[in-house]
Amino acid sequence: MRNAFADELTKLGNEDSRVVMLSGDIGNRLFDKFRGAHPSRFFNCGVAEQNMMGVASGMAMSGLRPVVYTITPFVTTRCLEQIRTDACYHEAPVMIVAVGAGLAYAGLGPTHHACEDISLLRSLPNMIVVAPGDAWEVRGAMRAALKQDKPVYIRMGKKGEPVVHKGVPADFALGKALKVEDGNDVCLLSTGNMLPEAIEAAHRLKEKNISARVMSFHTVKPLDTACLEEAFSRFKLVATIEEHSLIGGLGSAVSEWVIDRAVKPSLFLRFGTPDAFFKMSGEQEFAREQLGLTGHQMAEKIEHTLA
Amino acid sequence: MNITVRSVTPDATALKLQAAKLRGRVIEMSHAAQAAHLASALSCCDVVTAAYWHVLNVDPQNPKDPDRDRFILSKGHAAAALYAALAFKGYYPLDVLETYCQDGGKLAEHPPANLLPGVEAATGSLGHGLPIGCGMALSGRIKGQKFRVFALLSDGENNEGSVWEAAMFAAAQKLENVCVIVDYNKWQATARSNETLMLAPLRDKWAAFGWDAVETDGHDIGKLAELMQNVPNGSGKPVAIIAHTVKGKGVSFMEDDNNWHYRAPTAEEVKTAHRELGLVS
Repeated sequence: MRNAFADELTKLGNEDSRVVMLSGDIGNRLFDKFRGAHPSRFFNCGVAEQNMMGVASGMAMSGLRPVVYTITPFVTTRCLEQIRTDACYHEAPVMIVAVGAGLAYAGLGPTHHACEDISLLRSLPNMIVVAPGDAWEVRGAMRAALKQDKPVYIRMGKKGEPVVHKGVPADFALGKALKVEDGNDVCLLSTGNMLPEAIEAAHRLKEKNISARVMSFHTVKPLDTACLEEAFSRFKLVATIEEHSLIGGLGSAVSEWVIDRAVKPSLFLRFGTPDAFFKMSGEQEFAREQLGLTGHQMAEKIEHTLA
Repeated sequence: MNITVRSVTPDATALKLQAAKLRGRVIEMSHAAQAAHLASALSCCDVVTAAYWHVLNVDPQNPKDPDRDRFILSKGHAAAALYAALAFKGYYPLDVLETYCQDGGKLAEHPPANLLPGVEAATGSLGHGLPIGCGMALSGRIKGQKFRVFALLSDGENNEGSVWEAAMFAAAQKLENVCVIVDYNKWQATARSNETLMLAPLRDKWAAFGWDAVETDGHDIGKLAELMQNVPNGSGKPVAIIAHTVKGKGVSFMEDDNNWHYRAPTAEEVKTAHRELGLVS
């Protein structure tokens, strides 16, 4: 996702002179092309994220389209008040791009994990929250974000994730979930970098004669309510899947919608991270396994729930 | 809009008179609304007057002019001074000031976002104005505009780490069109500033952070106007004006009495204050 982001950024920078890149002193060489083509529109803002977010907001208030980028906790929780007050309150079209969301940087430890960001940013007025499912969705999200007149948060994994789509899906739109696999029994609503695990779960379920639809539910705010209407009316079981806390993420958002709509709930499972810091060393795959978030573990739980 | 180069010497007498009128109005507003932060607003009335009546290249009839100078009241709790100045300058009618802090109005205790002409940024949470101002200044640089950005900070606001993040950033980017004015009245909300977090030596701090930093009497309105008008001053650095001020300036019984951070005046006190300001005989 990271390399797709840098490549798409260069393209957007070439096409639109309003695009400005602000980096929090990460991405060594990642932005060489953008920087080479547009040296006056690239800023390494140092390890000073509050200022970076304020600067970006000031630029956006002046007609530019700043893209602010660093590791997830530092571009979200570290400068949350600047996101809230400078970007959201002013409806300043800042594109906040986070790398290493969820447990993508599991090995770096809990200081670098980010399982609270959707929850926090989703509650901010005017904020759009997007967690693309693969590199193509990152590109689609960036192009769509540039057309918004308000702040957009794009939550990425890291690099080298499985690529799901064959290009930017033609019908990619913010607030509209994408059907990745079709099925009839269960509906898996996956957000962000969990998409490959959701697909894996669907394949495991198929072996047990359970047919699963997989939706890349990339936009957590605003919710694709049409997708939810269909999911909860047509399927025996609906599951939300996210590498994010069960408090406040996609699962919470869908639960809120279910309660507000008073729809008769299908069986409903929420896969996500617990209300705890993940303190063990080890990489993302290990962390997912420990937390029951791999495709095969989720398939087993779904199968068990249906039984 | 063309940037007007003003070489005129500030008319200190006229500016003083205007600052007194501004103070008088701010005191009335505080009384009518029984709103706090009166002393903080009085403290910076000379800076605000110098800005709007001498320095800023702005057009109240065209408040969104892309080439306008920006004035950010980063110490948003002094909103009454900004509201009154904008009304006097014609951004909106004077009677709008009567809605200050009233139910359903647009003039909250801190300046709002996207609601009131002339308000460049919603402030009130301290330490936000300067980073935003740096972003505006960089936007001007990218687009080849010459406008300047003035950010008025309180001394207590210098407690915020984001101020110093922005200070280092502005220096690294050589934002010579950015000017910070610190309203150094030696008080913050509940205590002496330097007994809370050590600001002194404040000019040296800003200088050490790469700014062209000067100290001045923050009530010498002619000098303030001159220093601000001189931005960018040829040093190649952003400019910091450490303005030594008196909290509650202009009214004997409010000056340097921090109770007026929160107290609002009675009708009788308003009369006395107006007399002291020379607004009534």
